[in-house]
This record gives sequence, C-alpha cells and structure tokens, in this order.
Amino acid sequence: MSPQQAGNRQVLPANDISAVDRDLSGTVAPFEPDQKYAAKHPLDPLLRPGRIPHIWCTGCGLGVVLTAYLNGIKKAGLDLDNVSVVSGIGCTGRIAGYIQLDTFHTTHGRAIPFATGLKLAKPELKVSVISGDGDLFAIGGNHLIHAARRNVDMLVLCVNNFNYGMTGGQAAPTTPVNAKTQTSPYGCWEHPFNLPYVAAASGAVYVARWTVLHARRLMESIAEAVQHPGLSFIEVISQCPTNFDRANKGGEALDLMHFYQNKTTVRNGIDPKEADIGLYTPIVCGKFVDIQKETYDCCYGNMCTVAKGGKK
Amino acid sequence: MNASDTLTGEHFFNGNIASAEGAIAAGCRFFAGYPITPSTEIAERMSRRLPQMGGTFIQMEDELASMCAILGAAWGGAKSMTATSGPGFSLMMENIGLGVMTETPTVVVNVMRGGPSTGLPTLVAQADVMQARWGSHGSCDMIALAPSSPQEMFDFTVRAFNLSERFRIPVIVLSDEVVGHMTEKVVIPPAEKIEVVDRRKPSEPPGPNYLPYKAGEDLVPPMANAGEGYHMHVTGLTHDQRGYPVITAAAQVELVTRLCEKIRRNRDSIIKCTEVDIEGAEVVVVSYGISARTSWKAIRAAQRKGLKVGQLKLDTVWPFPEERIRKLAGSIKGFVVPELNMGQIVYEVERCAAGQCKTRLVPHPGGEIHDPAEILKAIREVSK
Repeated sequence: MSPQQAGNRQVLPANDISAVDRDLSGTVAPFEPDQKYAAKHPLDPLLRPGRIPHIWCTGCGLGVVLTAYLNGIKKAGLDLDNVSVVSGIGCTGRIAGYIQLDTFHTTHGRAIPFATGLKLAKPELKVSVISGDGDLFAIGGNHLIHAARRNVDMLVLCVNNFNYGMTGGQAAPTTPVNAKTQTSPYGCWEHPFNLPYVAAASGAVYVARWTVLHARRLMESIAEAVQHPGLSFIEVISQCPTNFDRANKGGEALDLMHFYQNKTTVRNGIDPKEADIGLYTPIVCGKFVDIQKETYDCCYGNMCTVAKGGKK
Repeated sequence: MNASDTLTGEHFFNGNIASAEGAIAAGCRFFAGYPITPSTEIAERMSRRLPQMGGTFIQMEDELASMCAILGAAWGGAKSMTATSGPGFSLMMENIGLGVMTETPTVVVNVMRGGPSTGLPTLVAQADVMQARWGSHGSCDMIALAPSSPQEMFDFTVRAFNLSERFRIPVIVLSDEVVGHMTEKVVIPPAEKIEVVDRRKPSEPPGPNYLPYKAGEDLVPPMANAGEGYHMHVTGLTHDQRGYPVITAAAQVELVTRLCEKIRRNRDSIIKCTEVDIEGAEVVVVSYGISARTSWKAIRAAQRKGLKVGQLKLDTVWPFPEERIRKLAGSIKGFVVPELNMGQIVYEVERCAAGQCKTRLVPHPGGEIHDPAEILKAIREVSK
C-alpha cells in the first residue's frame, strides 16, 4: 500500500501480519513470531493455531472484545463443541477466524440470517454473531431488527467504532453528527442510530452497552447474555485510533481509554432511549434490558404441535 | 427422515407443488423463503408440510436473508431449499457465490418470469439462464436443471438435492411460470425407490490435523456439520485446506481451479439430455423448459411434411452439453433454438457448433409461450 493509497491511515510496517493479509501480491514474507514473545496464553486452546498475531491495528479494541468473548463463554460453562460463531465483513468480522470453534465468516451484512438458519436447523447449538456497526446496522440492519422481532435464541455482539475501519474510515450509521470521516470530510450531517434503542425497540430481550475499558463487565455480560434465552444484544464501544479517532483528533488508544474511564457512567436499567452518543460526549453504559419472552424455537414448536393435530 | 413423509402415489399437482414434494422426498427439512410470484406455491406448500414432519419453515425478511438462512441450515446438517423468481433471484446472487466458495450444498428453485426488473410478475419467460450460470461475481461452474413438466419438477428437484450433496454446491432448478403453474399427473414412487444422496462425512475424528477443505481425487472435500467437534472455519475469502483465509494468487489458483474442476471433470455424470428422433436428423431443435414442449408441435408438423427433425431437450442447462452439440454439428444442416428470451443458450449452441452448421435462434421476450408456427418456420429455413 503506497502512502497515497493509505490516506491518513497509519502505514503498516512490512513485517506486520496485517500487511501480509492485505497485500495482494503475496510478496511479503509471512510473520514469524519471535519465540521470546510466544509464551503460552491461557486462551490458547480457544485460538486457532498459527493465526495470531491478528490483523488489527495497534491500539484497536478488538483484541479486548475477543478476549472478553472467549472468557465469557468459558465462564458460562457452555459445551464448546456446540458453540458456533458467525460474523459478517469488516474489522470485527475477522473475529470468527481466530476462534478455535465452529466459525463462519459470511458476506457483508448477512451474519444474522446465516446464523438464524444454523440455529433453527440445529437448535442445540449456541450461536453468537460478532460483527461491526456498519455490518449489523447499515447493510444488515433489516436482518437485525427481524431477528430481534422473532426472538431467535442467539447473542449479537456489535463492536461500534463509529466508522468503517476496514475500508479506511468512512461514515457509518453510527457516526456522530459533526464527526469527520473519509466520506464526511466537512463533518457528518446525518443523525446516527442509538444501537441499544434500536435493538430494544425491535424486541431484543437482553440489551447492554459497554466500552472496551469495561473488560470485566463486558465478559460477565457476555456470560450472562449467551445463557439468556432469546435474542441478546451487546454493544461494545471501541476506539479506532487509525481511522476515526485520528480523523477527529481523539488521540491515541490510551487517550481513548482515559476518555472511557472519565466520561462513561454505568446506569443499569435506564430506558435505552436515553443512551444517545455524540462526538466524544459522555457515554452511558450498563444493562438496559433483561426480560423474558418466548423464543422463536418455543413459538415454532407450539405451531408444529398444532400442525400435527395437537393442541398448544 | 421418515419414509411416510413421501407422498407415494399418483397426484394431480401443479409444478410448484411437485417441486416442494420432490424436495421433501429428497430429505429437505429446512425451507427459507420470501413470497414472490410465480414461485409462492412452493413456500406455501412447505409452510404446511414441514411443521408436520419436524422440519423448519421460515419466511425471511427478504431474499438475501432466505439465501443466507439456507446456507446456515446446511451447515447445521439440514438439506435446505429456497424458491424464488426473477427479482428475488437477483438478490440471491451474492450469497449463491458464498455457497459456491464455502462449498455448501443447497437448492434454489427459480420459477422464471418476464423481466428486466419487475417485468411480468405473472407471466412466463426463460431469461435467467445466463444469470444462473454467471450471475454471481467471480469464476465458478454451476449446475442448473430445467424441468418442463410437473413430473420433472418433482424428479429434477430430487436430482438437484442429490447433485448438491454430491458436489457440495448450490444447485439451481430453472423452472418457469408455465411449468410452475401447469397441473398434470405426477407419480411419486415409494420412498425406497427414490435415489437419495447424502453428503460424504469426514472419515477421521475431530482433531488438530483435520483439514475441512482437503479434497481427494474427486475434488469434493467431505463435509462436517457444526456441532460435531471439528471446529472448522468457513469463509467466503479465498482459503487454504485448513479453511483459513489466504490472500495470495497461489491460494486463489489452487482453490478456484478445484471449485471449477470438480464440476468440469464430472460433467458426463451431471449432464442429461433427452433426445428424440435425433438419428438421421438434418435439423435439431435444442430447447429446454416449457419451450421444449412448445417445440414438439412444430417438430411433428415438420416431420409430417417429410423434414428430418429431431429434438435435443436440455434437462441440465449447466453444465452445457458441449460435446454432444459439437458432434451433432458435424452431421446436420443446423440447430433451431427457441427460447423465451432474446438469445442466451443460442450463444452456447453457436460456440459449440463452431461454424460447422447453421444456428437459428427463435427469440421471444416472454409473456407467452412461442407460437409453434414460428419454430416451424425456423425449422424449414434451416432445412433448406
């Protein structure tokens, strides 16, 4: 990638694995981790051999999300042979490829309908969709609201970095008003979605928001959500120091961590309508919705009983 | 799968119902779809039948979702299907490509109607033939079957499932509005007489050395389902035998070549044509779907006038029967190709005839079937 093509992105060092993955010519030598840094990690059994280091930029929050997810499903005590992870396209969409479980990297926006088919065909599976804000709320927005309406039993973990990172930092349906991106050079003029509000309004039975600073709360929330019958939705706010935060002078990753530390409040149980996010305005986190409702499987089973001539 | 779910016996079914029953007889227990004329009877039939037999019917929010849901269901171990028509078929294209790339067995029924765009929702056309072959981006080889009667809707839907399981690819049933809505006798054999093929499973147990995309001599890798402990990665990115993304030309060459070759090397077992009066023919009518039936009247009229005319009916339109056309072209005066579009399969016939004989298209943009007199006129011209 030439500096011109890179725009305002950080130019990656030649020995970074992400450069190998993105370089179409295939001429860059594969990354060989230095043995002194390759000590055992407690999550190694859940990571695909040979796939770490990951492709994400220095300072990205996705490593925290991956760790929180893996620790969350471990804490929940799930039978790991029955866990499937489905993702769409984008930076977050690459999460599935690092996890040593049944993992599916689908097309842009379509992780949820793929996961719906997988879950309904084999109801004993525990299915998680992990994808980004653009994938789940722009191109895939229709699928999210319908999966929530149906209350399909799955976790949707949405990493919101307020822009399209993989393609170089363009505006997303989450980009706050006045934020600069590669396709909003004069500042974003569109109103953004408030993701927990959309998910809750569509019927999600568990709705929470955390930032990548809240690693432990995020992990505990994931452990809780994967066991909650029905569609659970967790938004994770993440910095994007290469694109979004660089364009908006938000600082380096550590500055954003300080921001999350100083400017977030945890308000469990509030109406998600009150959880709007602006450009570097205070962020409300917490578990907003935790209700019980018949899952799709349960409703479908009742209908099948009628179809076979029985009574509900 | 319970044998009693197969409706053995003689029925008076329209083509769409016959297709749904063919799917059930082949073991389909998952249907995701979105209502669209003239295919809707398939979804309606499935919504009635599948809940009675422990299967899953789901009406999705659109055709993109329907296509993705049947791919997901296939990885959950189900035999899955969707049914649609022109606009919905266009929306499915990207994820048909995902099915090709991830080698996911599934069946897509396209009951063709007039286009472009919304076109003629209730009226016939055969204008999606090239779309079935080339509609999804990238290089791939496809399998598409073209039924021309309700009986063939049943038989070809069963075969579509068998081919999809055998070659791990989305198989397309290219029907059309007239065949879908035509009502005729359909004979459903006893379940044990219906050949049903199931995907080959990995012979080795789960373990660190499992390679989900390692194919043997037939180039089709065995397929594990989710939840069986294999912990496989499935991606639409170019990938290696481990299923891991590899963004290099070398990986692309290895994978895409195999995806195409697994179909090309097996074309003899996939391609099926029905030949009528080909022996000694001077003119051969190459046709498929409803146009194969429209051609019969013209062929009989020509034969009564002493013309030597035969028919090559394409039961499979893809892969195309290149060898058969090439061979026939060397011994006949010409081909007549009636199709309800402005010229699609005719280009394949021309390519394979390679100037050895005449090739005459009988085009029709759709909305009605051909007037057999037009086909007869073309037969006469070619036989001169």
